[in-house]
Amino acid sequence: MSKYSMHLLVCGGTGCKSQESDIIAEKLKNELLKQGLEETVQVIMTGCFGFCEKGPILKVMPDNTFYTQVKPEDAEEIVEEHVIKGRRVERLLYTDPETEAHVEDSKHMGFYKKQLRIALRNCGVIDPEIIDEYIARDGYSALGEVLANQTPEETIELMKASGLRGRGGAGFPAGLKWDFARKNEADQKYVVCNADEGDPGAFMDRSILEGDPHSVLEAMAIVGRCIGADMGYIYIRAEYPLAIARLKTAIGQARKYGLLGKDILGSDFNFDVDLKYGAGAFVCGEETALIHSMEGERGEPSLKPPFPAESGYMGKPTNVNNVETLANVPVIILKGAEWFSSIGTDTSKGTKVFALAGKINNVGLIEVPMGTTLREVIFEIGGGIKDGKKFKAVQTGGPSGGCLTEKHLDMPISYENLVANGSMMGSGGMIVLDEDDCMVSIAKFYLEFTVEESCGKCAPCRIGNKRLLELLERICEGKGEESDLVRLRNLGEVIKDTSLCGLGQSSPNPVLSTMDNFYDEYLAHVVDKKCPSGVCTDLLEYFIVEENCIGCTACARACPVGCISGERKEPHLINPDTCIKCGACMEKCKFDAVILK
Amino acid sequence: MSKIKSLADLKKIRDEKVSGLQSRERGEDAENLVQVKVAMATCGIASGAKETMEFIAEALEKRGVDAVVTQVGCMGYCYAEPTIEVKLPGSESVVFGGVNIEKADEIIEKYIKGGELVDGIIPVNYETID
Ligand SMILES: Cc1cc2nc3c(=O)[nH]c(=O)nc-3n(C[C@H](O)[C@H](O)[C@H](O)COP(=O)(O)O)c2cc1C
Ligand code: SF4
Ligand code: SF4
Ligand code: SF4
Ligand code: FES
Ligand code: FES
Repeated sequence: MSKYSMHLLVCGGTGCKSQESDIIAEKLKNELLKQGLEETVQVIMTGCFGFCEKGPILKVMPDNTFYTQVKPEDAEEIVEEHVIKGRRVERLLYTDPETEAHVEDSKHMGFYKKQLRIALRNCGVIDPEIIDEYIARDGYSALGEVLANQTPEETIELMKASGLRGRGGAGFPAGLKWDFARKNEADQKYVVCNADEGDPGAFMDRSILEGDPHSVLEAMAIVGRCIGADMGYIYIRAEYPLAIARLKTAIGQARKYGLLGKDILGSDFNFDVDLKYGAGAFVCGEETALIHSMEGERGEPSLKPPFPAESGYMGKPTNVNNVETLANVPVIILKGAEWFSSIGTDTSKGTKVFALAGKINNVGLIEVPMGTTLREVIFEIGGGIKDGKKFKAVQTGGPSGGCLTEKHLDMPISYENLVANGSMMGSGGMIVLDEDDCMVSIAKFYLEFTVEESCGKCAPCRIGNKRLLELLERICEGKGEESDLVRLRNLGEVIKDTSLCGLGQSSPNPVLSTMDNFYDEYLAHVVDKKCPSGVCTDLLEYFIVEENCIGCTACARACPVGCISGERKEPHLINPDTCIKCGACMEKCKFDAVILK
Repeated sequence: MSKIKSLADLKKIRDEKVSGLQSRERGEDAENLVQVKVAMATCGIASGAKETMEFIAEALEKRGVDAVVTQVGCMGYCYAEPTIEVKLPGSESVVFGGVNIEKADEIIEKYIKGGELVDGIIPVNYETID
């Protein structure tokens, strides 16, 4: 088998590399060579450990030693002490800040793993198309437990005590919602799983359904038992073909095992699940619009009350929960309310899944305990900003959320903190922006999305957002005035206060929060007619770089308005006052001397 | 597949699966097999995970390596798709990112057959509850 008895894993992620981790690897190899160990010990560079703050990182396998803040000059000692004599180099071990004890191996290092996978516990672990693999990870045991040993009231109390709140946006306590639906008497009730996931850039729910569909089915059955429903629907967008296929397989297998259907697990409880498809309209994620769409009506929201728990699908009491909310349910039942509520902050319990995107090194799906700071998410798990650029802001909550900046980096993530700082949890999209992003353009991007997605039922959202967008377009074109900024803010507030549903009520957030945090940039656009990040092309000027210009006159000859001056073989100059920005000069120049800035 | 009629029945299936009884009945011995998991969520498949998985399954068989290759859901490393996890008998599992067919071939030849690590390792940076 292996000729190597030991491996030294040196972090080659961006953060550690910038602190000479590649030199550490070189030195280690040299030391091993000196000792004649190059055939038995292998040095290899890896990706980011998600612990960049304490980098450079070195992990030794198979004994799992985890060294932090390693320097090139430590290589010799590591080889002599650890590799040869089998003694750990104490001073390089991570020191627990609370106990001040050295932590020896990564088996006891939950702490360094900033992420905790609860909702994603089976994603990447089990084959989602084999129900036995789910059962082997205690799947359907929670349903069994609820049916055999708990009354619905007890289960609801357990959920309330756990502190689980909705992950679909609003953060409503799940147990409380079930209680309402339970208490509304009716001959028929429904359980609905909201898998519409319309935020641009969000794919948390899709990943759960693709990687662990049974957890959602099991949770729906548990909700059914609690509220007294025997039918559940998953409302899923048709653009999620793989999630749909895996759900269908899962439903089929669960029925065969009798985990869906009649007299489940020998009890008198009946429950089945079916799929309903959405056409991918953002507003159909709003629960009342979703229900109308399920009924075959137009996907338009309606006023609440009545809430779905009173009158939902087909006018019957209906409990709507988000995919991720549901995925948490079976574990909470098995591990208990106390366990769950020990994770997170006072008011936000458990974990949250985020889709990390934008200008960040480790783009991907993460799950962190509530209370984790944005700094930990972006600079450790996310591995920092791409290409060593400067962090500018992070947009959370998608088109309904807002941007958070440098000053918010140490804020612990919770429902309340995000709202208090002008953003919101939303479903968990997190888009990281750097110095090259123009905040006015970002606000415009989100508003284009909401204008496109507004259902048009109410005027503030239908007309107001369109006007907001027009104002932003003018500003980005350099036609804005300072008074437009006042208009933006006033109109934004009015739309928030008067719109019918959550879409309109939150759509001005990206504008308002970028104005709050980056007012200078707005001012630069309207007063100086400049886009500081160089994104708004209408505000850019053509400019000749003196060092690159050889004075060939090609540009001057091409300029239709004759605004380029300069002697042959001398650097040329563009007169910005008369330039009409046709771009002809840039096209003609063979020396990359004409630039936009 | 027959119906599970009680919580006790369910627990029996779980225990059989966990103890490896199910696979032993099929003549597999999980402990002594090379286990490869391929992340097959939408973004993995879009980056070629399906081709990678087919290649690995075929190549291991042809090259006489006793292995089980399974698909799993999202491992979370979008920036390094396709992603696979390899567990050699008796050692910890290792995750590799950016596994195209060429990389898969290297992993089989060097790591699976010879225990030699290759570039592309992604340290697992999360803890998963049991
Ligand atoms: C415009 C709009 C879009 C929404 N989109 C979604 C969505 O895609 N998925 C979702 O779960 N909830 C979405 N919601 C929230 C739902 O209305 C509802 O609150 C949620 O599904 C309840 O489940 P939870 O309590 O488990 O979060 C949206 C709300 C609004 C106003
Ligand atoms: S706020 Fe917008 S999306 Fe909501 S009902 Fe009014 S027009 Fe439709
Ligand atoms: S952009 Fe057009 S108008 Fe302006 S300097 Fe170049 S060629 Fe002349
Ligand atoms: S075409 Fe380019 S190199 Fe020639 S004069 Fe114009 S800017 Fe200078
Ligand atoms: S770059 Fe080394 S831990 Fe992130
Ligand atoms: S599917 Fe790529 S990280 Fe999840």
